[in-house]
Amino acid sequence: MHNFSVEELKEMARQIRRDIMKMLMISKSGHSGGPLGLADIFSSLYFKILKGNPKNPQWSERDFFFLSAGHLAPVWYSTLARAGFFPISELDTLRKINGRLQGHPAPPKTHGLPGIEIASGALGQGMSIAVGCALGLRLDKKPNHVFVLCGDGELDEGQTWEGMMTAAHHNVDNLTAIVDRNFCQIDERTETVMKLEPLSDKWRAFGWNVIECDGNNIEEFLFAVDTAKKVKGKPTVLIAKTFMGRGVSFMEDDYKWHGVPPNDEQGKKALSELAPTKYGDFITFEWEKE
Amino acid sequence: MTKLQSKELKSTRLGFGEALVELGKENPNIVVLGGDVTGSVRTDLFKKAFPERFFSVGVAEQDMMGTAAGFCLAGKIPFASAYGEFATGRPFDQIRQSIAYSEMPVKICASHCGITVGPDGATHQSLEDLATMRVLPHMYVMTTCDYYQTFRAVKECVNIPSPFYIRFFRDNTPVFTDDSIPFQIGKAQTLIEGSDVTIIAAGLQVWEAILAEEILSAEKISVRVINMHTIKPLDKEAIIKAAKETGAIVTAEDHQIHCGLGSAVAEVLAMNHPTPQEFVAVNDTFGESGIGEQLMKKYGIDKDAIVSAVKRVLKRKK
Ligand SMILES: Cc1ncc(C[n+]2csc(CCOP(=O)(O)OP(=O)(O)O)c2C)c(N)n1
Repeated sequence: MHNFSVEELKEMARQIRRDIMKMLMISKSGHSGGPLGLADIFSSLYFKILKGNPKNPQWSERDFFFLSAGHLAPVWYSTLARAGFFPISELDTLRKINGRLQGHPAPPKTHGLPGIEIASGALGQGMSIAVGCALGLRLDKKPNHVFVLCGDGELDEGQTWEGMMTAAHHNVDNLTAIVDRNFCQIDERTETVMKLEPLSDKWRAFGWNVIECDGNNIEEFLFAVDTAKKVKGKPTVLIAKTFMGRGVSFMEDDYKWHGVPPNDEQGKKALSELAPTKYGDFITFEWEKE
Repeated sequence: MTKLQSKELKSTRLGFGEALVELGKENPNIVVLGGDVTGSVRTDLFKKAFPERFFSVGVAEQDMMGTAAGFCLAGKIPFASAYGEFATGRPFDQIRQSIAYSEMPVKICASHCGITVGPDGATHQSLEDLATMRVLPHMYVMTTCDYYQTFRAVKECVNIPSPFYIRFFRDNTPVFTDDSIPFQIGKAQTLIEGSDVTIIAAGLQVWEAILAEEILSAEKISVRVINMHTIKPLDKEAIIKAAKETGAIVTAEDHQIHCGLGSAVAEVLAMNHPTPQEFVAVNDTFGESGIGEQLMKKYGIDKDAIVSAVKRVLKRKK
């Protein structure tokens, strides 16, 4: 739907990070860490990789994207607005009553947003949905590709592994899973809450092709997706190493930023570390005008 | 009766967390399972005090319920807790087969219940848990009204050799109960005496009912307020007595209108003493993001909604 250069993708990622901080400063509720860490991946997906039409979100030729870990919504909302699915001015309604930017992605039939296919928020359900969608598309011999993004903590939910087995069992190859491997979840680091390693070996044992990549490096991520889409006969997962809170020094790699917004002072500091971009903010705060 | 007053604001979930620590000191068989939300549901307090009796299962509520059932077989008293929806909806079949049917006395403790959990939105607003837990044979079901009552209920629940479910809430809310009000699981509390109409409330709606009574008494309507903290087994006597003595019932809860407290009360009335009843509950819809208070108003479960329901039911009273 867009074809940005790597430089533009990087700048857009920074803009998305600025948006996330501003949205959360306004909502005073929501998740900072995961969304910041994913800005590079979302910029790459929506401004380079995904086939789609923001003006016609239901376009039958679109690639499907599922955000299984619904709490990561802020990065998705900013990206969807920037990609043209809805006005960026709406970003100030995050988590507000009567709004479309629900705390977790709501189904489009109710108050959901264009670009969202199905509700998420209860963890661990996206993989199954993606597999069903991929199988359905394959049945119709359609070329659409399906992406699903899961958190690493989210992998604790057994349903994901059931879906992984189904995908491999049916040799689904129009599906690419992305794991946000930031080693953080709510309570503590992932390996303290529930050991996931050796994670790549587990996916391989479940019949998947595994590509490990740096999810905060756009060139590397684009290359990984290209490689993944060429693999035939089995599904591919990108274990994308990211840093929670990437771009904001005092949030980086700290699970305590999983589910909290910055206060005003922290937000100002965060924004001072994320230089303004040519794309422009969706709102200018009073203090910025001085 | 002394007037009920809010002494301070504290969360019901904190009452749960603190009671767990007390229980841990008294009983070495208490074990607690964590599902990556320990800070939110306040099992972090137990985890810190008794790390060897705290078990992290990751974000895996189905596994948590099965593991808890297994602990029972080894003679332990397991507390399994998560956010309301994920403690009941996600692992429903595990609860049904391995806990309720098998009569494993697991204590299922759900925080962040109801629409008042707010900004997280509909996926996190547990509005069906009273229904799904109440329908299970052998299951005790409670929803407490403040910090202190949650503390007492959790302390008390280990004496019940049955599967047990308790729901509580995230926000800091008025603490208005104390030891002067007798408390027993399964026994309703009449908080305010009255003769024209009875409000039977549960959870955070108990405080809303107290506020509604204040408004109504100024209009010379005599309102009885009952705190139905135990939905199952239900205190039928208190309901039938209220129906006979006041002739009109309003139920109030932060839950779907179907199959929760209101339905439970209606079942008793229908079978024993048919009486006009109005329901204050979320009216067969999912919630949305917003501040708890805004949502209570929009979805019609605050004190004003209770006042209107009382007026409606009085018109129907014979
Ligand atoms: C079924 C279910 N259980 C629990 C939760 C609460 N919860 C939300 S996010 C989260 C941790 C997820 O960790 P991860 O996927 O690593 O996300 P990150 O911390 O990287 O943002 C939990 C336990 C939930 N949303 N759904």
